[in-house]
Amino acid sequence: MKQASIPMEEYMGSGHLACQGCGATQAMRFALKALGPQTALVIPACCWAVIDGSFPHSCIQQPIFHTAFETAAVVASGIKAGLKMRGDTETTVMAWAGDGGTFDIGLQALSGAAERNDDIIYVCYDNEAYMNTGIQRSSSTPVGAWTTTTPVTSYKTRPKKNMIDIMAAHAIPYIATASTAYPHDFMRKVAKAKEIKGTKYIQIFAPCPTGWKLSPELSVKMARLAVTSKVYPIVEITENGQKLDVWKDFEPTSVRDYMKPQGRFRHLTDAELEGIEKEVEANWQRLLAKEKLLGSIPGLG
Amino acid sequence: MKKVIMGNHAVSYGVKASEAKVISAYPITPQTHVVELLSEMCANGEIDAEFIKVESEHSAMAACVGASAAGSRAFTATSSQGLLLMHEMLHWAVGARLPIVLANINRAVGPPWSIWTDQNDSLSQRDVGWLQIYVESNQETQDTIPQAFKIAEELQMPVMIVMDAFFLSHTYEIVDLFDKEQVRKFLPPYEPEIKIDVNDPHSFGNLAGPDMYMELRYMIQEAMEKSIDVIKRVDREFEEIFGRKYGLVEAYRCEDAETILVTSGTVASTTRAVIDEMRDEGIKIGALKIRVFRPFPFEEVFEVLSKTEKVAVIDRNISFGGHGIFFQEIKSALYGRTDVPITGYIAGLGGRDITPEVIREIADKALTDKKPERYINWIGVKR
Repeated sequence: MKQASIPMEEYMGSGHLACQGCGATQAMRFALKALGPQTALVIPACCWAVIDGSFPHSCIQQPIFHTAFETAAVVASGIKAGLKMRGDTETTVMAWAGDGGTFDIGLQALSGAAERNDDIIYVCYDNEAYMNTGIQRSSSTPVGAWTTTTPVTSYKTRPKKNMIDIMAAHAIPYIATASTAYPHDFMRKVAKAKEIKGTKYIQIFAPCPTGWKLSPELSVKMARLAVTSKVYPIVEITENGQKLDVWKDFEPTSVRDYMKPQGRFRHLTDAELEGIEKEVEANWQRLLAKEKLLGSIPGLG
Repeated sequence: MKKVIMGNHAVSYGVKASEAKVISAYPITPQTHVVELLSEMCANGEIDAEFIKVESEHSAMAACVGASAAGSRAFTATSSQGLLLMHEMLHWAVGARLPIVLANINRAVGPPWSIWTDQNDSLSQRDVGWLQIYVESNQETQDTIPQAFKIAEELQMPVMIVMDAFFLSHTYEIVDLFDKEQVRKFLPPYEPEIKIDVNDPHSFGNLAGPDMYMELRYMIQEAMEKSIDVIKRVDREFEEIFGRKYGLVEAYRCEDAETILVTSGTVASTTRAVIDEMRDEGIKIGALKIRVFRPFPFEEVFEVLSKTEKVAVIDRNISFGGHGIFFQEIKSALYGRTDVPITGYIAGLGGRDITPEVIREIADKALTDKKPERYINWIGVKR
């Protein structure tokens, strides 16, 4: 994992309305540091619609356009086109949405923007449920997790939707996952995305202590354990979806260590945890196989 | 330059002359010609605009919202289900105070599938806060587009231009096409005071608590009320340059009319022909066309209708469980100020032709009915 220096400049001020330990808030701070002042944001319905602050206040120094849930990507496309027609081709337009607004309700507009390859950065801060409305399951919620709509007696049994593969199928120039535990890596990816023309999709694992029933001080630790336990692989997809790089340079840790501190997994039995561990390993092996396969195609990698 | 063009293309030429900078649309019958011609004009450089070919009408309006917020003149066109799919973003455009112009080709709403005209699609959007202008001819269609941008940009309110499917959209008429330079005099480039600009950052549309929300709604209503004068003035300015004017409403042979038929859209032209015939027979009858539906021109309507003895409203729409929608509005314009009886007639839904005979039938009913027994009378329903 390549290091990048963290700029001193702050574009996110104090006075935001996030919960303690909010991964989405950390992610925004780093993203803005990577992008600098010439950035406009689009935020649909999500925690960040609230975190930004109540009218007439905003904790962000860049222009923000708040929009309806399912429209982050296409409003960003519209802003980019509108700015271009005013002679501003330099401003980076970043759509910033949660997993609900990305994996579910916003998928159509995101797919549309990606298919057109509109010149925007789309960041999904993935906290694995609808946290803004009070912790309901999304299609990003992992197997085994409790939410208010998947009670412990009927927890989520369907796998998390594979957004990365969905985006890769759009053959856009840049796709990456990141984690709030590795801000250098995230910032490098955001900065890299800024330099690429077309649709860039970055999905950052952003713990939600409130929704995960987790002690806020463990937020960054959980983000790290998700990566080192291979639950949330860190990848980069380039060459229009044809080249996959999986980050492997870490000391592996156990899935149980990642799941245990989180109240959302507390109800799981040993057998169920074992099943999840197996699935995590299988997914990891599939990912490595895919990396190898794509790397073996002549002219790519 | 005069050219014989279809109603849909009259929209396209209006948009071209208005120098829209971002166009975004999704195809739907009977609107498609509007954006087909615009995409061609964008492709061959006739218009200097970005055309965002989106995957749905919801996104078409969302793209316009983004473009308009970024300070560019934005346009889209749709019909029926497409307009209904946009509904949420129509609200967004109003709340964000974005002067987007939309052309809606009035088409009935399914099921059952129908591609033919009636007004239930646009009238379902009555309360979202868009200005609505119902046009009658291809010339008026072209002319109303730059008028709409001018009105929209002054008020920071979106404007919807509404025209009948097929009876106008696919009908060819002579249109005096705009001269670009003349339109430039009428409609200067869009320069919003506040827009998305990294050198002057603002947060748009963020959370407003109970202490602020109502004030923002009040300002929208204020803009709507003010818009009556703005529409009138813009119409006058348009007349000065182009020699044509349209008004909020149009009264036809109403001065001494004892009965007045109220219409909108293309039904107005057919009605005028019937009025002429009946006048020849010595019947004192007139017609009032409602051109601007939102804001509703209460005073202008009252001015004309309070002097007559009977009012018959022809609605090409129905508010289920209520009445015809124009009927409701006319009734509220007259309520408490005059006791002129008003009767409502529902006709021409789903593209059924409103022929001179149909209008004559309505006129005869209106003339013979002493006092309306029913507010809602269906014309020509097979029962």
